[in-house]
Amino acid sequence: MSAAPDAPLPPFAERARAAVKNEKLHIALGRATDALGSRRSTALGSLPNSDLVRDVARKAKMDMLHDLAGHLERFEERLKANGVHVHWAENSAQLNQIVVDIGRKNGVKRIVKGKSMASEETHLNVALEGAGMTVVETDLGEYIVQLAKDRPSHIILPIIHMTREEIGKVMHEQIHVPYSDDTQTLAGYARVRLREEFLRADMGITGTNFGVVENGTLCIVTNEGNGRMSSTMPRVHVMIMGMERIVPTMHDLDLALKLLARSATGQKLTVYTTMFRGPRRPDDEDGPQELHVVLLDNGRANLLGGENAEILGCIRCGACLNACPVYKSIGGHAYGDTYPGPIGSILTPELRGKGEWKDLPGASSLCGACRDVCPVRLDIPRMLLVLRNEGNKEKPAQLELRLGMKVFRTIASRPGLYKTAAALGRFGLRLLSKNGWVKWAPGLAGGWTQVRDLKAPAKKTFQQLFRERKAKA
Amino acid sequence: MAVVRVLEKLGIEVEVPLAQTCCGQPAYNAGFHGDARVVARHTLDVLGATTGPIVIPSGSCGDMVIHQYEVLFHDEPAYLEKAHAVSQRSREFSQFLREILDNTDIGAKVAAKVAYHPSCHLLRGLGVRGAPTEMLRGVQGVELAEAKDQDECCGFGGLFSVKNPEISGDMMGRKLANVEASGADRLVSCDLGCLMHLGGGLNRRGSKIKVQHLAQVLDEGLSK
Repeated sequence: MSAAPDAPLPPFAERARAAVKNEKLHIALGRATDALGSRRSTALGSLPNSDLVRDVARKAKMDMLHDLAGHLERFEERLKANGVHVHWAENSAQLNQIVVDIGRKNGVKRIVKGKSMASEETHLNVALEGAGMTVVETDLGEYIVQLAKDRPSHIILPIIHMTREEIGKVMHEQIHVPYSDDTQTLAGYARVRLREEFLRADMGITGTNFGVVENGTLCIVTNEGNGRMSSTMPRVHVMIMGMERIVPTMHDLDLALKLLARSATGQKLTVYTTMFRGPRRPDDEDGPQELHVVLLDNGRANLLGGENAEILGCIRCGACLNACPVYKSIGGHAYGDTYPGPIGSILTPELRGKGEWKDLPGASSLCGACRDVCPVRLDIPRMLLVLRNEGNKEKPAQLELRLGMKVFRTIASRPGLYKTAAALGRFGLRLLSKNGWVKWAPGLAGGWTQVRDLKAPAKKTFQQLFRERKAKA
Repeated sequence: MAVVRVLEKLGIEVEVPLAQTCCGQPAYNAGFHGDARVVARHTLDVLGATTGPIVIPSGSCGDMVIHQYEVLFHDEPAYLEKAHAVSQRSREFSQFLREILDNTDIGAKVAAKVAYHPSCHLLRGLGVRGAPTEMLRGVQGVELAEAKDQDECCGFGGLFSVKNPEISGDMMGRKLANVEASGADRLVSCDLGCLMHLGGGLNRRGSKIKVQHLAQVLDEGLSK
């Protein structure tokens, strides 16, 4: 069974508060993000001209986005010429219906599934199970997520939030294997189970890392080989892809793969890089009889031509999550939707509502660590600022803050008033202070004193001191 | 006043326009771009009327004036032009010192073990990595402490620190634990926001570590 979609979500502040207090989560996250961060920089260092490779890869993506429709048209032509069935889904419901229909038409009962974030977006598993089909996730992390009836908390490391002790417990309870906290043993359990599933499955569903426009090549990367098994063993293979996940040429694919593995896990290349162009040909020994590609829009087209279109260049490496100090503090679940971390703070409001999800772009110190590590140099802080402004337009901020900004704007553009207001502020803070420190403040300022003190202002302002100094000289 | 005293010691005449207020960053970062424009126009009018280099003793205000004004006024040609002219003349304090000095030893002496916190807007916004530590190395008696994850954000982030106190506090906790573990007796940065936040956090923890702006270290070292 899969976790229920869209269960009522507590407000972001509550989710964040709970996550910050979760010590186990911090231990799990701290270890993983530290290791990944350093492996990433070593791996990128080993790539000759890595800065140039990033620039070129970015340019290819951005140029492609200027004419996404044209590229998709050519991509579809190529796919069809290669014998691939192509489907377009405008939204989650359509995608789920398309995949359910493919399953029904082929009398499918058992499905093995490789990792696909786009299918998380649409809650595909719930739809398939509702139609009477059994779905087994085959990425080790996703398999454990499924057993635990949980949701992934990282786009490439779905169970980054779990300790191995927790995983051992889940496997013991759900598939009745002896408890262990040894990672090799646990992976061994999954391996045996999944092997049976691959052999029994009628249909395989996978995500798509890249589609190549010039010749219709489809590419999946995994480290466990499960993507290759899911795509070649069952008689039907369905690939889900966000419609922006294409690159123009094989050369662009080469650059993207070099960057993806290094940025995601610090590898030079993922263990399994699978590329194919169509279903089994008459003289092939294996491969599916039918290959379907389902291209998902789900709000992506609305971004084209807008200020944040560049987010569609994301290659889903997860480096921004590992580098993000906010992600380190709250983990992935607190973001509340499919995509966590900096990338989620942009994708979620863009795809699901800028007003409703405005807390996500708000929950950033704009430190820019994400922009530094992004292999295609997405300017995430810039996009967060755009979303903060747009979010306020769609759903006005709390009255206290809106009035505060009007007051700020009025006094900060009138020096005389500014001087008076600053004097009042200093007076108030000095009243609240004891021994030079303010330990409690009312209203919004209470957020400050909740976790730290505030130094009481000096008796004289800088301007006063500066004028006195000038007068003396 | 430390900035003024250090600059004057170096033979530079300092002027501070009386009409100066705030750069408008709090409104800009909170997503109130209309309000930010009103404040930014005022600041550009005031700074635009001056001549010579503009020295900004705080990284994030520097990034606002040097980079963000041009984004904010992208569709307002008159102010875009002003923003560009002001941006060209503006430097953050440590950046300015490194540009005008051949030798970072300006005769300052301070015996201290210093952990440097590179503020995000200075480091990743303005791209100033070496200048502050080079200036600190130029001070006789200063030993630089190596804090783990030095480049990581301290959790200030302007209004973020007030609106998301739990997250901000958690980030601050990691930063301060690393600074404490480095054995430093001072924490130096070039950003007023980070300093106010980290100083408040250290006081809450009852720590003896002293928080200072780079200019305060130089000023202290020159006045002996």
